[in-house]
Amino acid sequence: MSFINSIESIGEYALLVKKVIAVPDRFREFFKEFFKEVYKLGVNSIWIVMVISFFIGAVIVMQIALNVASPLLPRFTVGVVSREIILLEFSSTIMCLILSGKVGSNIASEIGTMRVTEQIDALDIMGVNSANYLILPKITAFVAFMPVLVIFSMFMGLFGGYIICAMTGTPPVATYVYGVQSFFRESFVWYSMVKSMIFGFIIASVAAYFGYTAKGGALEVGKASTDSVVINSILILMTDLVFTQLVMG
Amino acid sequence: MIKVKNLVKEFEGRVVLNDITATFKQGSVNMIIGKSGSGKTVFLKCLIGLVHPDAGEIRYSGKNIIGMKSKDLKRLRRDMGMLFQGSALFDSKTVLENVMFPLDMFSRKNKRERRKRAEFCLERVNLSQAADLYPSEISGGMMKRVAIARAIALNPKYLFCDEPNSGLDPKTSQLIDELILDITTDFSMTTVVVSHDMNSVMNIGDNILFLNEGVKEWEGNKTEIMGSDNSKLNDFVFASDLFKKIKEAEEIISDNDDEEKAD
Repeated sequence: MSFINSIESIGEYALLVKKVIAVPDRFREFFKEFFKEVYKLGVNSIWIVMVISFFIGAVIVMQIALNVASPLLPRFTVGVVSREIILLEFSSTIMCLILSGKVGSNIASEIGTMRVTEQIDALDIMGVNSANYLILPKITAFVAFMPVLVIFSMFMGLFGGYIICAMTGTPPVATYVYGVQSFFRESFVWYSMVKSMIFGFIIASVAAYFGYTAKGGALEVGKASTDSVVINSILILMTDLVFTQLVMG
Repeated sequence: MIKVKNLVKEFEGRVVLNDITATFKQGSVNMIIGKSGSGKTVFLKCLIGLVHPDAGEIRYSGKNIIGMKSKDLKRLRRDMGMLFQGSALFDSKTVLENVMFPLDMFSRKNKRERRKRAEFCLERVNLSQAADLYPSEISGGMMKRVAIARAIALNPKYLFCDEPNSGLDPKTSQLIDELILDITTDFSMTTVVVSHDMNSVMNIGDNILFLNEGVKEWEGNKTEIMGSDNSKLNDFVFASDLFKKIKEAEEIISDNDDEEKAD
C-alpha cells in the first residue's frame, strides 16, 4: 500500500511540476513575486548560511589539523583538504540540507496554509493557474539565488578556517593560506554551484508539492512541512551520490 | 442563467449528490439550504468546477462546463466571483491589493484605472478606510466585505457565496445579506448562496432549494417555504425557535380569521 502511495505521489508531483512550468498569466505579476521570493527565500537566508559556514569551516580546519598530524604530510595539506571539503560538499550539499529545513519548511507551510484556508481555491476560481502563480516564482528565485548562497558559504567557511589558524597557530596562517591556494581547480566552484542549483530546484518543488497537496487543518500543514524536510533530505543525498558519480566518477 | 441537469457525485461509493436538477435565474438570489453534510458545499463546488461531477450537466448560458477544455473553463471563471466561508483573502496582501488582484491578473486597464476600480469596489462595501490594512488587522465581517469587493472587481456575471453569514453577529450578517442582494440587483448577476441561516434565507432568497442527504427535497420561494407540508423541510426550517413561534403565530391568526369569517 505504501509503495503504491509512493508511486502515486511521484505521479502527482510530476503533474504538479508540469502545471508549474507554464508561461505565467502575467509577467508583471510573476516578476513582482519573483523579487519578493528572492528576498524572502534567498536574502533572508544569507545570515544563517554565513554563521553556519563560519563555524563549520573553523571546525573542519581544527579537525584536519589535529588528525593529519603526520610528518610525511606537509602542513599546508590542512588548507588543501579543508578547501576541497568546503568547495565540493559542504557549501553545496550540507548547506542545502540545512536550507531544506529553513526554506523547505517555509514554502510547505506557507502554501499548505493557503490550501487549507481556501486561498488556492480562490485563485483557481478567478481562473489563475494557482500552481504556476504560487510555485514558479519560488522555484526560480531560489534556484537563481543558490549560487550566491554557495559563494557566501565558501567564503565564510574558508574565513572560519583562517580565523581558527590565526587564533591557534595550528597550522600557521601563512601555511593555511598557501594550502588554500595550492592545486586550486576553478571547475570545482562551478560544479558546486550547478549542484546547488539542482538541490535548490528539489527543495523548492518538493516543499511546494507537500504544501499544495495538504488537506485538512493546522495539523496537516505541520505534517506537510515535516514531510517535506524529511523527503528533501533523502532526495538531496541521493542526488548528490548520483551527481558526484556522473561528474567526478 | 445556470441550468443544472441530473447532477450526480459520489465519493468512494457514497452518493453525495443524487440526480439534482435546478435552474438559477439571472438577477436573483438563489439559496441552497440544508443540514450539515447534506451536500450543499459539494454542489456549490461542482457548480464552480472545483469538483468534477460523475454525471449530469451544468450549463452557463447554454455552455456545459463538464468536459469543457481547461482554457475555456479558465475564461468562464473570469465571469465568476466567489465568496468563501472563511473569506480566503490573501494574507500577504493589503485589503486594496486583495481587491486589485483579479484586476492585476486579467484587466487590460492601466495601474491608475485598476486602482480606481478597486477603490470603487471597496467604497461599494463601505470599506474605503481599511484599504491599507492587512486581513489579520480587520474583523470577520470586514473580511467578508473585502471578499465581496474582490469578487465583484471584474464585474462578474455569476456570484457564489459559501455560508456568507457563518461566524457573524446578526447585525453584520444582515449587512452582508443586504450587500449580496444589492449587488445582485445592481449588476444583474446570477447569485447562488449556500446557507444554514434561515434569517438570511427569508431576507434575500428569491429562489430556495432544499437539499437533504444529497437529494433535492424541495424548491420554492420564501413565501411558500413557511406553508410547505414537506416534513423534512419543516424539520429543518422550524428547528429554530423563532421560526417555530412565527409559524404558531401565523396559525393562530389564521384560525382567528376563520372563526371571524364563520361568525
